Amino acid sequence: MSWLKRILDEAIGLFVDDGAFALAIVVCVAVVGALTLWVSAVRPYCGPILFVGLAAILVESALRRARK
Amino acid sequence: MLNWGLIGPPMLAAFLASIVEAVEALTVVLAVGATRGWKSAVAGAVLALGVLLALVAILGPALSLIPLTLLQLVVGTLLLLFGMRWLRKAILRAAGVLALHDEAAAYQTRMAAMQKHGAASGGWDTVAISTAFQITLLEGVEVVFIVIAVSAGGPGLLIPASLAAIAAVVVVVLLGLIVHQPLSRVPENTLKFVVGILLSAFGAFWAGAGLGVAWPGDDWSILALVGGFAVVALVSVIGCRGLAARKAVAS
Repeated sequence: MSWLKRILDEAIGLFVDDGAFALAIVVCVAVVGALTLWVSAVRPYCGPILFVGLAAILVESALRRARK
Repeated sequence: MLNWGLIGPPMLAAFLASIVEAVEALTVVLAVGATRGWKSAVAGAVLALGVLLALVAILGPALSLIPLTLLQLVVGTLLLLFGMRWLRKAILRAAGVLALHDEAAAYQTRMAAMQKHGAASGGWDTVAISTAFQITLLEGVEVVFIVIAVSAGGPGLLIPASLAAIAAVVVVVLLGLIVHQPLSRVPENTLKFVVGILLSAFGAFWAGAGLGVAWPGDDWSILALVGGFAVVALVSVIGCRGLAARKAVAS
């Protein structure tokens, strides 16, 4: 059954290799979800906010890895 | 009449991603075939393709039972995790922080690993079958996920995206049959860079749609997101390259 475990590990690895990076993406989506739901004043800007948040996470994570 | 503006981007993403995965699987299947015999290597790969087709046949229609907004949120978030992971790795490789993937080296490593198992017997070779099966299944699961994920935006997208993925696999297999060696000239990192941008854009759009975000211009926002992620990725490459160069000078 080791091949099955390997396939499961690989399946998780499709989405997560740097835990902090993956967590930041999920948190960003959750924050935008909360804004959409509860803060009506920013609702029209939630799309751009989601993109800016994700872009910041990508740049920070790549630069952090390059600095190591 | 086909709406290429709607089906084109998912088809392109599925095609390019499938090229990357098929090239990686082909390298291993070629190494297995060259060292342990083609009959068992091809059997393992074909067996895995059968499992993958069954997976698409079951999962594809089953997804239509899930409410669209929930599906978009879950698939969009998974696409973000998957696509941004690819894009981050492609940025680091393009900047020289991580080494580029080398199909020729992977082929030699796999050949050496296969030879360690000793000579293959005359009949069916279980080592060859299981190795070819595993790699085809592993890379194929990624293709299945991408095809299903990029199809989540509309009811008519699954078949075009599947056809694009099948076309990519056919192209890679035909090239493999012709050249009979790993396709090391395929610009793997460039493809991953482009696919990472496309999947990140789809992921952001669908996760947002699932959350109830009103995207300006509706579906046309996807193109703006593609442009935005492309700019961010290119700027990141320049930044990472600068940091890597500074680190090299300091050490």
